[in-house]
Amino acid sequence: MSAQARERPSSRAAPADAANPPQPRMLPVVGALLRKELLVELRTLESVPAMSLFAVTTFVVFHFALNRNSVEGDLAAGILWVTLLFAAILGINRLFVADADQGGFDGFLLAPVDRSAMLVAKALTLLAYLVVLELIAVPAFALLLLGPPLGQALPDLLGVLALGDLGVAAIGTLVAALAVRTRARDLLGPLLGLPLLVPIVIGGARATSPLFAGGHATAPAARWLLTLGLYDLVFGLIAYALFDFLLED
Amino acid sequence: MQPSSRRPAGSPDIDHRPRGGVDRASRPPLYGKGLRALSISTVAAMALALGLVFFYAPLEAEQGFLQKIFYVHVPLAIVALCGFVLGGLLAIQHLRTRDPRWDMRSYVTIHMSLIFALGALITGSIWAKGSWGHWWVWSEPTLVSFLIVFLLYATYQPLRFAIEDPERQARYASVFAITAAAFVPMNFIAVRLSTAYLHPRVLGSTSNLPASMAFTFLVSLLAMALLFATLCKYELTAKHTRAQVRALRRRLIGEAPSTRGAGRRSAAPTLHHATTMSARSAGTPGL
Repeated sequence: MSAQARERPSSRAAPADAANPPQPRMLPVVGALLRKELLVELRTLESVPAMSLFAVTTFVVFHFALNRNSVEGDLAAGILWVTLLFAAILGINRLFVADADQGGFDGFLLAPVDRSAMLVAKALTLLAYLVVLELIAVPAFALLLLGPPLGQALPDLLGVLALGDLGVAAIGTLVAALAVRTRARDLLGPLLGLPLLVPIVIGGARATSPLFAGGHATAPAARWLLTLGLYDLVFGLIAYALFDFLLED
Repeated sequence: MQPSSRRPAGSPDIDHRPRGGVDRASRPPLYGKGLRALSISTVAAMALALGLVFFYAPLEAEQGFLQKIFYVHVPLAIVALCGFVLGGLLAIQHLRTRDPRWDMRSYVTIHMSLIFALGALITGSIWAKGSWGHWWVWSEPTLVSFLIVFLLYATYQPLRFAIEDPERQARYASVFAITAAAFVPMNFIAVRLSTAYLHPRVLGSTSNLPASMAFTFLVSLLAMALLFATLCKYELTAKHTRAQVRALRRRLIGEAPSTRGAGRRSAAPTLHHATTMSARSAGTPGL
């Protein structure tokens, strides 16, 4: 970070050059940003209600499109993951819009803090959105479409969803930052995001389908959890390494 | 892949400032240096590869003549994937040095890989139709992952096109190129895991091929890599030459802004000399 501060003295705290005050630690910055994000979301209710409503509506659409009253196994896992993915895309598209349109980026860049803090805060925001989304969408899914009872498969399902959410949060934040300051941001976000999220759908759906199997729910295969975990790790690191370059002007 | 041979014209390209303040009537850089030798060796390697494919490699027992497409399809796919990853590496170099020429190289590499990837998809589809009876086979993990990678890289040009500021366009494109290059191997792992091996794997490692086939395959791969390098170098040379011509014309006319190409948006990076000059001073160590 200090190298980039030296490179662009005009935009970053030029008078503090001589004193060179210590940068605030990362955690308080992330905390402040996260509080700001959640406060904004609570006051505007812009993303999460839309995502949840979209998910529930999509279940209804699937009911009519597939002409099924209940689903199980592969089909159930696929419907759940596709719905969550598309609902997440809605949130990803909105994630940076306020910062781009109303000067949030400029304000953040003027502050003498590590820019990765914004990535972490945004990813945590998206993660929170996804958790709330799933708190609504998964019960709705179990109620509306899922054939076998969720009961004992719930802890495993929560684990798989958490792993998937981490990956969606990391990739979604990177893609949202990449797309938000382009002319066709609503278009580019999903276009860039969907292929990158395909491995998460593969891992998530394959890990979830034995949980939704009628009669005998079995634990998800370890290799899918491993794939998801590895994918989360790699793209978390990539997002962390590259995010600074998206915030330079 | 010989990255050294793809670097346009070696040292003159690196050192020469095409339109610096110091105007000491130096010779203009020769961007096309080495292009002739590269082209000739490509043509020779291609001819050799085709000759080997048709007259030397034995007919495969099960698939017969159809299997010959293997010598086109697999090298196309391998070269395209290597090109995607190479584009990511060049993009890393761009983000480190902030030199727009690295962005240009990354762009050309990805652009060319996209064309090769399209070729690989089409030949793979033909092969699938011939040997399995379907144009598209979901149980072939290599083909499926290839499609996903192709779909991802197909957004590279729209992304560039949607950003007007050339500097930011280059920076964002590099971020995309690095992310996508890391995605390529991850995606292959995930898709391969997800597929049960229904079909015998013809295109596995070369170790299970008979020696004559393996040799033919390696020559085809080399020829394809040379073709890739040559095409990239042609495109780079054309772009550098166009930038140089534009600069010379501007110097002749005076400081008037160029009549064409100034207001036009483009997905392809253009080398402006102002950016070429200013970018050299900036440099960030590390990623």
